[in-house]
Amino acid sequence: MPKITPKDLARIREKSRQSTTLREGAGRAKVTVHMGTCGIAAGARDIMSALMKEVESRDVKDVLVTTSGCAGLCSREPMITVELLDQPPIKYVDLTKEKMQKIFEDHVMNGNIVNEYALAVGSERAH
Amino acid sequence: MEVEVEFIDEMINGYNRDKRAIVSMLQDIQDKYYYLPEDTLAYLSSAMEVPISLLYGFATFYRTFSLQPRGKHPISVCMGTACHVRGAGRIIEKIEREIDIKLGETSDDLLYSLDEVHCLGCCGLAPVVTVGDDLYGKITVTKIPGILKKYKTSKEEPVSQID
Amino acid sequence: MKPYRAELMVCAGTGCVSNGAFQVKDALENEIKERGLENEVRVVTTGCNGFCGVGPLLVVHPDGIFYQLLTTKDIPYLVEEHFLKGRPVQRLMYTPPEDKLPVPKMSEIEFFKHQMLIALRNRGIIDPENIEEYIARDGYTGLAKALNGMTPEEIIQTVKDSKLRGRGGAGFQTGVKWELTRKAKEKTKYIVCNADEGDPGAYMDRSILESDPHSILEGMIIGARAIGAQQGFIYIRHEYPLAMKRLLIAIDQAKEYGLLGDNIFDTGFSFDIQVHRGAGAFVCGEETALLSALEGQRGEPRPRPPYPVEHGLSGYPTNINNVETWANIPVIISRGAKWYAEIGTENSKGTKVFSLVGKINNTGLVEVPMGIKLRDIIYGIGGGIPDGKKFKAVQTGGPSGGCIPDSLIDLPIDYESLKEAGSMMGSGGMVVMDEDTCMVDVARYFLTFTCDESCGKCSPCRDGTKYLLDILTRITEGKGNMEDLDLLEGLSKVVKETALCGLGQTAPNPILTTMKYFRDEYESHIKDKKCPAKVCRQLNIYTIDEERCVTEGHGCGVCMRECPEKAITGEKKKAHKINQEICVKCGACYDVCRFGAVIVE
Repeated sequence: MPKITPKDLARIREKSRQSTTLREGAGRAKVTVHMGTCGIAAGARDIMSALMKEVESRDVKDVLVTTSGCAGLCSREPMITVELLDQPPIKYVDLTKEKMQKIFEDHVMNGNIVNEYALAVGSERAH
Repeated sequence: MEVEVEFIDEMINGYNRDKRAIVSMLQDIQDKYYYLPEDTLAYLSSAMEVPISLLYGFATFYRTFSLQPRGKHPISVCMGTACHVRGAGRIIEKIEREIDIKLGETSDDLLYSLDEVHCLGCCGLAPVVTVGDDLYGKITVTKIPGILKKYKTSKEEPVSQID
Repeated sequence: MKPYRAELMVCAGTGCVSNGAFQVKDALENEIKERGLENEVRVVTTGCNGFCGVGPLLVVHPDGIFYQLLTTKDIPYLVEEHFLKGRPVQRLMYTPPEDKLPVPKMSEIEFFKHQMLIALRNRGIIDPENIEEYIARDGYTGLAKALNGMTPEEIIQTVKDSKLRGRGGAGFQTGVKWELTRKAKEKTKYIVCNADEGDPGAYMDRSILESDPHSILEGMIIGARAIGAQQGFIYIRHEYPLAMKRLLIAIDQAKEYGLLGDNIFDTGFSFDIQVHRGAGAFVCGEETALLSALEGQRGEPRPRPPYPVEHGLSGYPTNINNVETWANIPVIISRGAKWYAEIGTENSKGTKVFSLVGKINNTGLVEVPMGIKLRDIIYGIGGGIPDGKKFKAVQTGGPSGGCIPDSLIDLPIDYESLKEAGSMMGSGGMVVMDEDTCMVDVARYFLTFTCDESCGKCSPCRDGTKYLLDILTRITEGKGNMEDLDLLEGLSKVVKETALCGLGQTAPNPILTTMKYFRDEYESHIKDKKCPAKVCRQLNIYTIDEERCVTEGHGCGVCMRECPEKAITGEKKKAHKINQEICVKCGACYDVCRFGAVIVE
């Protein structure tokens, strides 16, 4: 691709927001698996496979699966963030494959937050 | 062990025969054999026209390198501060008893070697032990036999958790 | 485009609109303008939220607070309370049905509540392997500003005005260092990112590299422009394969987008970055040793002066900053020095990332404003000590730092006060210790580390740390005497004053602070031959509570099988016994007994 200019930054920003922000119509739900070294060490990769398996076996097309780095609270890894359209994100902690399956069924598919596995609602604010 | 001349020559050319890249070359050799074989070092020394003492200096200065063959399942116990205060020392002793080798040694059957590492940066999971590329966190003395058991009979390479 | 502090999502579905959602939206916008919050808070209309029965409704991002049944009358109060004063209005909130446990908001969780994210601004939010997600969060706008609207001198002045200090340990003013490098005579100049994070117990640099690698690249490109450097290097620890992988992907993407390489943004400015993988040597985190390693030599330190800013890599002026320092740069440029300098204390501006680990309930990475009290970190963010144990000390600054005791729990955390307490900021490791931690053992642990990592070039460090370690080992084995304490103190001072580089000069700090605050523990090891925390096993006596062994454990015999010296005898269902003459005090029996029948005294 050709070199970008400062103006292109704004264009990429808008485009990227559209493809990552559910509000802009990228999908119905987004699941972020936090995969830093500690997350992976705690088993994030198993959570990711369990998640992918759910997506594939149910053949859902409107759920975005993405990865991100460490969310900071290492003692509660593995951790994911689930965001449904027009709802604040929910962070789930201390996950196992079984918990991931339940979260997918209850929250991602049916919109009911699984309270017992959830840490918090909302996201951190950059200062 | 026979020196794989082709591999070494190709590697040297990849670094444009740059003497400043010798540490990187040693890293490549270490990555391939899990230690620095003596004959390979001798060949590298003549090919790069540097004294072998220089290579030996690097090999003993940097922690990555080993002059002895390592086990098929290299075990590293993290000795970071968080792991230390959460009892990593006793973990080492337990592993020493279980596989009957001391810290820094390789078992006779070349199955295991045992080392300590200065902080893997997973302090939230302390104490931490790695076997090959598998990482185990929140370890206790009583969990050790179960972990080692997985590798005792396994003929396959451990599953990589970090690529 | 500016980042907003909050986004107010007003539902504009049919149901809400018919109940007056647009009037509510107009009222919100007016009130926000009235209060001068239009640069911080914005109103967004959304599609149907689904809760049509309680409309008009409003969801506040990112806190996720849900307001319902709003009328225009509610708006002035709501804006004043929530967005001006930061107090969400309970009476307007949606209450979930009673059978559901409510999930707390991120801002209510103690661990996150006190944090202020600047260096970690994108953690857990963006995909680190996708440059466009970084750009979507205003990435590279600092670079665009620096390259198009600012002279190198103005960039340096901004960094100087922000009073940012090096986050790698020593705390030197970043802007001043940049200026010195810029003013150095040679035309060829280099910049280096020190990612050889070696302090045991600190991993913020790894986390930044893994979760937001472009922030480092952007910081370095801005720095290169300011200083006039053509080439940059990142020296990264070999223990961090994932960070290395993400960094290389980020560099490739930045090159593809023309943000690295020739003629960046058509300004005629060219800059490139190379990654160098370390081979495992703690001393390489010291800047002159790092330069030796980059040059392909053994990573041994050199005497300073000359400083790297004048005589660095291959003899050329070189500016070295640590990962966290670089991560702060883009934000300082895009939001300005004034904004940054308002955070923190008089001499320590901004935020610092700490890795909070050890004997603490919530372990993790925390970014807090400088000057926060130790108490707020330990008991607020950290959630206190596990298992109801008592907090004893926190170790900061890694092997170069020291231990801060319980009595200084209200100490504000900044460069000066930590130094005054005998410790240092270092790279930000914070290892919490409780009543079960022996402070003599901690000092011995750090000396084992520095002695092992000493490169051997200068004798105060090579021999001094070895001798200090011998004395400490003697004490922990119950073979010490009171004169050893004077010897420790005297020798520590000599090593501090005469060692060649920072590694040796700071190596005695863990001894000096533990002796200052926990002298009684040293004395019990020497006089009473006892380790109060029961960590130094040579001073312990292991026995078996025979009654417990039989009633609880039914003489299970696990300890007997575990004992490497065969010092334990007994039969099934009967009490076991330890023969004190054979016992080597390894503690194996204590570790394996599930019934608490092995007693340590």
